[in-house]
Amino acid sequence: MSDVASPETTVSAPAATGHTAAAHPPTTTGLTHNKLAMWLFLGSECLLFGALIATYMFAKSRLPAGELGPNDVFDIPFTSVSSFVLLMSSLTMVLALSALNRGEERNFRVWIVATALLGGTFIAGQVYEFTVFYNLGLGYTTNIFGSAFYTLTGFHGAHVTIGIVMLMSTLVSSVRGRLSPRNAETVELIGLYWHFVDIVWILIFTIIYLFPQ
Amino acid sequence: MTQTPSVPTEAAEDVQPADAETEDVAAEHDAEHEHPSDRQYVKVALILGALTALEVATYFESVHHLGDAALYALLVVLMVLKFIYVVAWFMHLKFDSVILRRIFVAGIVLALGVYLVMLTAFRIWGA
Repeated sequence: MSDVASPETTVSAPAATGHTAAAHPPTTTGLTHNKLAMWLFLGSECLLFGALIATYMFAKSRLPAGELGPNDVFDIPFTSVSSFVLLMSSLTMVLALSALNRGEERNFRVWIVATALLGGTFIAGQVYEFTVFYNLGLGYTTNIFGSAFYTLTGFHGAHVTIGIVMLMSTLVSSVRGRLSPRNAETVELIGLYWHFVDIVWILIFTIIYLFPQ
Repeated sequence: MTQTPSVPTEAAEDVQPADAETEDVAAEHDAEHEHPSDRQYVKVALILGALTALEVATYFESVHHLGDAALYALLVVLMVLKFIYVVAWFMHLKFDSVILRRIFVAGIVLALGVYLVMLTAFRIWGA
């Protein structure tokens, strides 16, 4: 008889909590494949950015004396503002998802646009920073520090840019009426990617910019 | 026919523990899907802002008397705190499945292990 009761348990649990059946997909882990895949992807991204940060640290330690280095080009107050902007974009992202979960589409759009704008501001700051560094004489092939620095921050900037494209695609979906609390997981996954890009910058800002040179 | 009345009784006895199990599953489900409020998200953002301000403060000469070792330690602590706050609250890992937490932590530990060994092999510490 307990065999009969078990399926009832499975079916009635989501109903009791007000969640739809989609809240617990019929997978071995109870998680959707997309969410599991996104976290696996983010886990692998730790290795990518770990490699780039480690390479930068190695390159900086091998920079010959007298060559153009971090002390000659970094503008910490400017980068601090950029970092703060990206950090706050994580807040607007999470508020967008929260609004979508409540079915507040208008608020969702406002927060998504705010997130994309903050991300765009960060990228604009990075382009400005690269231009200033180039004018100071630091090109991609100037020395080992320049190569490692531009590769690391360039990869991160590319990730932010991809994130902005994904944010805009959710905005278009919302405007076309294809987004609702039922398929909020798409936005949740894009949010995870966005927050990951933010935590990578938390590491870059401290290790590359703030550590005593 | 004589057995008919006994079936619902037996069924009821069997269902009772199942109902209790249902409540457990529901409670676990609720805990797993607990969502922080917008106010809590704003509080976390304010904490992150304050931690960033502390980090930036280390750039100014007034704290350089602490020495490089102390500055490194302070910056690493602040960085780790910011990292944990974003991952736990904004990425929802504090409230999500433990499987996801393990996957992400495995990535971090693997990256830390591999690259610390690499950097040590190249003798960059103190260089």
